[in-house]
Amino acid sequence: MIQGIPITHFLVVSVIMFFVGIMGFIIRQNLITILLSVELILNAVVLNFLVFNRYLFPHHLQGQFFGLFIIGVAAAEASMAIALIINIYRRMRHIDPDKIREMKY
Amino acid sequence: MSLSEIMFYILAAVIIVFSILTVTSRRVLRAAVYLLFVLVATAGMYFLLNYQFMAAVQLTLYAGGIVVLIIFSILLTSHISHRFEKPPLWKILAGGSTFVFGTGLTLWVLLSHVFTPSSQKAMEVNMTEIGNHLLSLNKEGFVLPFEVISILLLATMVAAIIIAKKEDNTKSDEI
Amino acid sequence: MVDFSYTVFILLIPLVVFAITGIWGGRWKPIISGLLGTFGIATIFVMSLYTAYQYFFVVHHGGPYKPIVAMNFLWLPLTEHLHIHMGIMLDPISVMMLVVVTTISLMSHWYSLGYMKGERGFARYYAFLSLFTFSMLGLVVATDLLQMFIFYELVGVSSFLLIGFYYQKPSAVAAAKKAFIVTRFADFGFLIGIFILIYYTHSFDFLQITDPNTPIFETALGKTFLGYSALSWATALIFMGAAGKSAMFPFHIWLPDAMEGPTPVSALIHAATMVVAGVFTIARLFPVYYFFTPKVLLMVGYVGGFTSLFAALIAMTQFDIKRVLAYSTLSQIGYMMVGLGVSHYGGEEGLGYMAAMFHLFTHAMFKALLFLGAGSIIHAVHSNLMQKMGGLRKYMPITHITFLIAALAISGIPPFAGFFSKDEILAAAFLHNRLLFWVEYITAGITAFYIFRLYFKVFWWKDTQYEHTPHESPWTMTVPLIILATLSATVGFVPFSKFVSSDLMPFEPETHWNLVIASVSIGLLGLALAWLLYRKENDLPDRIAKALGKLYKWTYDKFYIDEIYLFITKKIMFNIIAKSVAWFDRHIVDGFMEGVAVVTEKTSEKIKGFQSGHLQQYAFVFIASVIIIALTVLYFIGA
Repeated sequence: MIQGIPITHFLVVSVIMFFVGIMGFIIRQNLITILLSVELILNAVVLNFLVFNRYLFPHHLQGQFFGLFIIGVAAAEASMAIALIINIYRRMRHIDPDKIREMKY
Repeated sequence: MSLSEIMFYILAAVIIVFSILTVTSRRVLRAAVYLLFVLVATAGMYFLLNYQFMAAVQLTLYAGGIVVLIIFSILLTSHISHRFEKPPLWKILAGGSTFVFGTGLTLWVLLSHVFTPSSQKAMEVNMTEIGNHLLSLNKEGFVLPFEVISILLLATMVAAIIIAKKEDNTKSDEI
Repeated sequence: MVDFSYTVFILLIPLVVFAITGIWGGRWKPIISGLLGTFGIATIFVMSLYTAYQYFFVVHHGGPYKPIVAMNFLWLPLTEHLHIHMGIMLDPISVMMLVVVTTISLMSHWYSLGYMKGERGFARYYAFLSLFTFSMLGLVVATDLLQMFIFYELVGVSSFLLIGFYYQKPSAVAAAKKAFIVTRFADFGFLIGIFILIYYTHSFDFLQITDPNTPIFETALGKTFLGYSALSWATALIFMGAAGKSAMFPFHIWLPDAMEGPTPVSALIHAATMVVAGVFTIARLFPVYYFFTPKVLLMVGYVGGFTSLFAALIAMTQFDIKRVLAYSTLSQIGYMMVGLGVSHYGGEEGLGYMAAMFHLFTHAMFKALLFLGAGSIIHAVHSNLMQKMGGLRKYMPITHITFLIAALAISGIPPFAGFFSKDEILAAAFLHNRLLFWVEYITAGITAFYIFRLYFKVFWWKDTQYEHTPHESPWTMTVPLIILATLSATVGFVPFSKFVSSDLMPFEPETHWNLVIASVSIGLLGLALAWLLYRKENDLPDRIAKALGKLYKWTYDKFYIDEIYLFITKKIMFNIIAKSVAWFDRHIVDGFMEGVAVVTEKTSEKIKGFQSGHLQQYAFVFIASVIIIALTVLYFIGA
């Protein structure tokens, strides 16, 4: 733990980051910015894990490893998402999520 | 106020401000750069928490890898000078209310709970330790997720190539 | 001790032939299938004769003829005491049936080579014939009741397939269906009877069941239902199955329609072999009937007697020659049932049993001959109807002579085969049941009349002008006719009582000369009447028919039994029961199911707007729901 900084401060930061990410996911008009929001969300989660690990269970390593794996999954997710976005752009000439509605019903 | 406290509040402010800017900026490339700032600031947080390895991973993978990838794809799909129109009202309302209620609920729960920080001695976290744990079969060993994620990354690689690859020249309409 | 285990090949050869011709027959020249089938049957015919020789003259020379289980393997061990076996049991009647079935089957196969030449589905026809032969042989050598039942069903199936051989003809399809459903219905009774029997005796095995001193029926005799013992119900239900296969009244309706099948099939299945399966079943279980349920045995006799008279009356008025023969078959099987019904057990007392089996034997020969002769006539004239025939004796001498021999045999004129067996049935009836004797006596006269009516109408009557001049059939058809005619003329001299008897001991029957004279004279009377009426073309028969009026019409319309069945099935069962069930099914059951479907569809139509394809809408709904759920949970746990 770090002297002088209570755990809740870290957690408030991560909560705000998380919900900003969700807000961005809902608001943004472009698939790539939606992807940015998702990265924010994941980042907030990783931060959360590390903070809990450091403050509550400093004699374990689980939080760190979860963070590590989340980063790995995030990398995979980002590359897949970008591949899909590029493919969608190639077919539709835009990446506006509101107009990509072929799959409805 | 110690140095680490000052550092923490600076980093927290950077994270919150640039997060909001990331999701509100009307220019996509700027949004990506703001995200970069957020990620770097998060890495700083990790340093503060004394997780040097995670900070390094954050910097190389996120800041160095993913953001570059995103910027690259932005350049492929958008004009740099392109500004988005304002999002429709229902989206702003929906997103805003989600943000307000979600944050409010979570913070309420969070702040009403008393955390008792552990007094246990912190574990020595060096590279050898991490490597041993990653490939260990024992308790606190992570060899199975490690293998799973390596398969996942391989599959992702193949899939990304398949999805993004150009179709046959005869039927494709080029970018 | 002679090893009889080779008899398994008597069963296997037709089965293999069936499989081969069934699978590959379509690719070969048709004649190969025919020859394969015929040679297969010829092989087992020789084997059957050899078996009969071994059984009667080597192993059991001079009797008593103890049953031999040539082969028996455990097929289904159901419980500790209840086992189903598959096997081969040889006793006098099964050996006799082996000979009959293979003889008639061989003749039919041979005859069909000519009769069915050029038909579509020639290979299929032979495959089915082999299947039938296999099933029939399996039936007669069955070692336990369930094996018998299985082969009973197989016989029914192959009969169905063969009646419906001309499946493009709607009438043939309808007839096949009718035969199958009627016999199936009767077999249902058979099965229930078997189950009742098993329930009380815990045994299927014929050797155990038919032992006269067996104690296993005690419990079955003890239980009563509606005033009759459980065993009586069992045997009565088994008789119901037997009546279905043997087309006894009231299950007789399928047999005349079954004549839609090819004529050799009628000869083989619907005259000589399958239809006597019922008689065979009763004979197989005869000790049970006689010792434990004599009332049921008497019922067998009365049903047989009624059917024989009833069918003979109908046969007098029909014009389709195959139908005449079909009703004649009913009548003759009725005779056999009478023989069993009046029989007692042991020696001279068991004359009826012996006579019934003897009649089965001789009837198979001359009835097959009659059918094959009819087939030959139909082949030449291209019609089944008597009105289109006449004067055929000039064109078809061989058919004419052989048909005459068969007609004399069925009329009971000595020295032809029918005389001996029919006379013994009459004698048995005379000794034990006068009522049945008189019924059968009258039937004998009617039999002679209708068969000679048929004979004179076809071969004499008038010189009909034919579109194509009829000509004698090819040798493949006439040779079986000649062989069967020879047999019909001679098998009567077989001293049958030396081989087959109710208690397995040979005996010497008394000759009742007064009965012989009486039965011959009524046969001759019928013959003479037919001669007077039908030898030359005249209008006397029509005048008599007119004078009889309604009576004639009823008989001509077969006493409206078919119509009664139709009334019961169509009007009562279909209209009242089936329709109400159908209504329930359509409106309640289907209605419920359709209601579910309609509600689902309507609901989905309404809510499919939610599936908008808006990614962000989904995300919003998801997150909002999570928040709401979290709030609810918090509210309830009171955080």
